[in-house]
Amino acid sequence: MSTLSAHDIQVRLGGKPVVAGVAATFQSGTVTAILGPNGAGKSTLLACLAGLRKPGAGHVRLDAVDVLSMHARARARRIGFIPQTPEVAWAVEARILVGLGRTPFIGSSGLSLEDGAAIDRAMEAAGVTELADRDVTTLSGGERGRVLIARALAGDPEWLLADEPLTGLDPGHQLDAGDLFRAMAHEQGRGVIVTLHDLSLAARIADRIIVMAAGKVLADGPPAEALSPEVMALAYGVRARVIEGAGGPLIEIVGRGG
Amino acid sequence: MSRRQTTIAALIGLTLLLSMVSMAAGRVWAPFSAWTDHSDPRWAIIFELRLPRTILAIGVGAALGMSGAAMQGYTRNPLADPGALGVSSMAALGAVLTLYLGAGAAEPWVIAGAAMIGALIAVMLLLALSGQASSIVTFILAGVILQTMAGAGVALALSLAPNPWAVNEIINWLMGSLADRSLGEVQMALPLIAAGCVMLMFIGRGLDALTLGETGARSLGVNMTATRWTLAIGVALTAGASVAVTGVIGFVGLIVPHLLRPLVGARPGGLLIPSAIGGAVLVLAADIAVRLTPAAGEVKLGVAMAVLGGPFFFALLLSLRRRIA
Repeated sequence: MSTLSAHDIQVRLGGKPVVAGVAATFQSGTVTAILGPNGAGKSTLLACLAGLRKPGAGHVRLDAVDVLSMHARARARRIGFIPQTPEVAWAVEARILVGLGRTPFIGSSGLSLEDGAAIDRAMEAAGVTELADRDVTTLSGGERGRVLIARALAGDPEWLLADEPLTGLDPGHQLDAGDLFRAMAHEQGRGVIVTLHDLSLAARIADRIIVMAAGKVLADGPPAEALSPEVMALAYGVRARVIEGAGGPLIEIVGRGG
Repeated sequence: MSRRQTTIAALIGLTLLLSMVSMAAGRVWAPFSAWTDHSDPRWAIIFELRLPRTILAIGVGAALGMSGAAMQGYTRNPLADPGALGVSSMAALGAVLTLYLGAGAAEPWVIAGAAMIGALIAVMLLLALSGQASSIVTFILAGVILQTMAGAGVALALSLAPNPWAVNEIINWLMGSLADRSLGEVQMALPLIAAGCVMLMFIGRGLDALTLGETGARSLGVNMTATRWTLAIGVALTAGASVAVTGVIGFVGLIVPHLLRPLVGARPGGLLIPSAIGGAVLVLAADIAVRLTPAAGEVKLGVAMAVLGGPFFFALLLSLRRRIA
């Protein structure tokens, strides 16, 4: 059981507050989705939580240790991170890209058998085993997205922080990835924090939803609570209603306006 | 054996073969019988002229090949190269300034030191100018600026040179050549090149992780500050020491990694050693070619590489234009 906690995080970019005092505590074993309109500060908050950005004020602790004070390699072993619009600079094979997830573990002797097994497991879990020998630059956006999820899994992290990991995936693979995140949290006891744009998908896969707007937390709770029509009106400026669907609550956007 | 290992083995074999040819070939052809016979006048040609030349070709080729591969890996830009981006020119400017100030009598160590400082300044400026989101365009523009600045500095030193001999010496040296180098120059350059190569190999894993971009690499525990400094000092040592003894030999670091990527894979860390050996092969072959080219004088190696590399650079740019636009 591990805890990742943000204490009064504030970040300013170009003089403008992007994250304006966010406090939240995350427990491993749960899937949390961070939602909010464009520019709400989701990605910036996630980068702070991952220890990749130093907040202007406040701090992030992983089990009482400040993430910024941790050794980079030690932090990387515990917190896996998938950036938004991830870059793949070279035409490498998918298996080599997934293998980069083992970077925090590799010694001078290169990939060990254990590393190889972890890579195979990660590719299996993300459903990209058959893409192993494909050049990643020739993959479709969704296929590449799944390979990058496998890359994060290969490091076997206690925490997975992913910035819009489901964007560009088709509905079937969105569900698969969502199930994978849930299994990681509920069966393997990891902590999963993802930013998403699809409200119904968030309601379906997350145990807890944080809605951000203008750098602040607007709502924080189980999907049914956090995704109320009132919150949706405040956050997105839309009229929405919640319908009970077969696979979970569906959020229908009725129109513009609160 | 994997394809990568086969390629490395083939490149090593080619280096050995070309080394033998390099010892034998030239205006005076030296058969193997002359290698063991001290009384043969060709023995001196082989061991006093062609041995240092061959060793330097291997060392300088390895230095330029590996530094090109490392710079490409760090910047995620297949056009990065110490020659094409002005690092070698800045090293040359450093060396020219000492030649000019000391009128040619400067200690070799001083020249090498000045060349390495010039290269270090160039790499740091390059990394600063191109910023964090190093798009190919900003990077090339940064290289153009450096080339121009170094060219202007060299032109200034030449125009203010006190005597024509100094000018002649500087111009000759700037063109880049391996001719008439001694074992003393080998002894000075090789340890620096070796140290630089070791530093660059040290950041191989970091370069691999940079395939995922800077944020991706940092999230994998790569210390970007340490990586950047190791790269800068490694390139300064390899490119700076090379320029100090041979002048500017461009395009090796551009051509070699590009040709090897289809053979050994595009993983930047895995490309370092093959590029070093490939660089040695290219410079050895080019040096043998300029020696055997019939001309009044010997064609300068740096000039030959530029004639070869210019169109290559252009073709590479054309093939990348979609990525750039």
